[in-house]
Amino acid sequence: MNMKKVNSSKLVQFVDFSIKNEFIMSVYVILLGFFLSTVLLYLVGLKPSVMYNTIVQTITGYDFSKYRFNARYIGTWLTNSMPLILTGLSFNIALRSGFFNIGAEGQFIIGLTFAQYFAFLLPPVMGVTGIVAVIIGALFAAGWGAIVGWLRGRYQTSEVVLTIMFNYIAFYFSRWFSQKYLPGANSYRADNFPQEALLANSWFQSITNGSLLNNGLFLVIVSLIVYHIIMEKTKWGFSLRASGFSPLAAKFAGIAPVRSAVVAMAGAGFFAGLAGGIVYLGSFTFANVIRAQDQYGFTGIAVGLVSGGSAIGTLLSGLFFGLLNAAAPLMQSRGIPREIATMISAFVVIFIALSTGIKLRLGQWVIKAKNKEKEMD
Amino acid sequence: MANDHVSWRIKKGEVHALLGENGAGKSTITSILFGLLQADSGEILVDGKSVLIHNPNDANALGIGMVHQHFKLVPSYTVTENIILGLEPKTAWGHINYQRARSKIQEISHQFGLAVDPDARIANINVGMQQRVEILKTLYRDARIIVLDEPTAVLTPQEIDDLMQIILRLKAQGRTIIFISHKLKEIKTCADQVTVLRRGKIVGSADVSDCTEAQLAEMMVGHAVEFVTQKDAPTIGNVVLRLENISVKSMRGSIAVKDLSLSVHAGEVLGIAGVDGNGQSELALALSGVVKPVKGKIYLDEVDVTSFGVRKRVEMGLGLTPEDRETQAVISNFNLAENYVLKTFYRNPYSSVLGFLNKKKISDDAQVQLENFDVRSANGWRSSISELSGGNRQKVVVAREMTIASKLLVVCQPTRGLDVGSIEYIHRQIIAQRNAGKAVLLISFELDEILNLCDRIATISHGSIVGIIDAKDATRQQVGQMMTASHKETVVG
Repeated sequence: MNMKKVNSSKLVQFVDFSIKNEFIMSVYVILLGFFLSTVLLYLVGLKPSVMYNTIVQTITGYDFSKYRFNARYIGTWLTNSMPLILTGLSFNIALRSGFFNIGAEGQFIIGLTFAQYFAFLLPPVMGVTGIVAVIIGALFAAGWGAIVGWLRGRYQTSEVVLTIMFNYIAFYFSRWFSQKYLPGANSYRADNFPQEALLANSWFQSITNGSLLNNGLFLVIVSLIVYHIIMEKTKWGFSLRASGFSPLAAKFAGIAPVRSAVVAMAGAGFFAGLAGGIVYLGSFTFANVIRAQDQYGFTGIAVGLVSGGSAIGTLLSGLFFGLLNAAAPLMQSRGIPREIATMISAFVVIFIALSTGIKLRLGQWVIKAKNKEKEMD
Repeated sequence: MANDHVSWRIKKGEVHALLGENGAGKSTITSILFGLLQADSGEILVDGKSVLIHNPNDANALGIGMVHQHFKLVPSYTVTENIILGLEPKTAWGHINYQRARSKIQEISHQFGLAVDPDARIANINVGMQQRVEILKTLYRDARIIVLDEPTAVLTPQEIDDLMQIILRLKAQGRTIIFISHKLKEIKTCADQVTVLRRGKIVGSADVSDCTEAQLAEMMVGHAVEFVTQKDAPTIGNVVLRLENISVKSMRGSIAVKDLSLSVHAGEVLGIAGVDGNGQSELALALSGVVKPVKGKIYLDEVDVTSFGVRKRVEMGLGLTPEDRETQAVISNFNLAENYVLKTFYRNPYSSVLGFLNKKKISDDAQVQLENFDVRSANGWRSSISELSGGNRQKVVVAREMTIASKLLVVCQPTRGLDVGSIEYIHRQIIAQRNAGKAVLLISFELDEILNLCDRIATISHGSIVGIIDAKDATRQQVGQMMTASHKETVVG
């Protein structure tokens, strides 16, 4: 009797601790996603061990089936994660300010469009031109986001509808602009970038055995730090968080709602725009005329939802979704359809959506269990 | 544990009041009665039989009906649709038989004198009427025991009188009423029996006619309570706030405040008495700077602040506690320190020139003020404001606004929904502000509060001031008459 009681209270404590910790909940959700995928692979007659081997190989670079190490996998993982971390930040800064940013896709496109344009326009300086072009592109994307923020703040238009529509406008604008203003443009590409405008970093390439890992990594690290400082340490972050939790109380406290909306959406645009520039000046040697939306913006929503809103959470969540993206082609080459990787991320997002309800249920259970224990004493 | 081995008996056909401060466990008991929560131990007996109530349907079947403090009505539905929701009478064809529902509702409404129009839309009727719809809903389901959870919290003085009449009629027709409240006057008016709850335990049950209000208050709080706040004669100074013919539009676009002029002096408490919905909310919005008046001027210390936003007015020394604490005054996800600096976080000494928050200074100042204002919380400034009781939340708001208010303090419904102990405390603080030479404007629907605190009383009706009298000579009847009177010639006191 006594033993049993100790066990049950430990379980209660464990559940109680888990549901109060965003990070642990996210880890559970990810594990649950993998568990379901494992079951799925069994059901269709494939070996789950292959999936896990691929995942481990992408993280560590070590192939356990062939006992070979190749650092390139690590580089590819990081390269895939970079834009997702940024679109995750884009989603988070808006969400914490009370807005649901579906517009990272369009902001990403505006960012890449102007980054490509300025890559040709700026004076060529090795190691600088590329980064400056990416930042200018991000500033344009910030302006693009700010328009939505202003319409939202001033006229109470739904930012969800606005950003979805702005995604289309951005996409077609980008195709028109690129074909008209990029040198040597046809319907799918333009000239090669000047060497100076590329984000390529030869040292990164040498240590990762020729992966596409590039100078964008510095921009991502700086972005994470800036996001953390602004949101947690400054008066601007305080204003945004206040507006995000309670727009009415913020308004009564003298925090201008229109300005909060503009600042939040401009910030969202900036981060997503950086992602666009980094992908297109980092992974290509020639300028693209985009033919489809890349989905980085939409995956960013998932990254943001799993992250819990903090900088460190966004980093980890971005690395996780980047891992799935990077592992997918490798899985494919070993007979596991790449759709499985997409399904894992879908499972994770569904469970994140369910986690509020699950937390509520578990919370009630914890309270009941605690009361019962009290009575037994 | 919210309730600890509570035993409680209610006789058939009586009005039984359940009295207790916020957080004493009143709502928990009623939730158990209505099947929203389950008791961990013990049993419920109805008509001498032990019953199990797992959900509201079980409660309905046993004849227990509940009118929640926050109504559960669908605003876009009509009264009839709301009442029959979940229990729709069907025609032979399986359609909803509105005709039958309607006539039954009219019959019940007539029987108990509820005067409810079955075809009105909930969105278009006032709060008092909505409450009667809720009562009708329980009667439609043949409730014999009706639980009213803080029914007067949302009502105007007139509506409260009407409700008291309805309760007496329900009782006359053999229904049992459980009346949950922390307002002593109402319990004295309509209840037969009272049970007092403190910290989840019953402290006593008594015949209402045997106790005085003071005795009930003492039982509820645990110590003697002063109803009248001690104050000396005011030392009147210069005019601090001057409103010149201001008109303010309501959310719906109609003119809610019309050509209102008013002056408040340093060192006095000016009260604005009136029935809810006569422009008080809009006046408060215009004073705070959230809404700009469409006409007229607002002067603060003879500076025209009409075009100033909230922040500029804060900088001029205007503190204002908004009427709706939960949505307008606090951010429930923020901790106490963050809520304390909600209006001043952006400036020295809380933010540096570069925009960095000085968290140490914020938490230190907050902690000092929280202690000054006797805010009770588990973890000091680190506590989330959502963990606090209503009274303590209001103390946080009052602490913040009184610190800001170097010249003028505007308090709107400062004690709405608070327990006796907190009310007493906040009243003393308001008088302390006035004694410190600040101008205080009190907007309240509670006549007792106005009479207790004010030096001058202005009454508002249809968005205009109908009269101002000296509080020394004011009586309840006089102010009540002024409140309900239409436009009279303005009397300046």
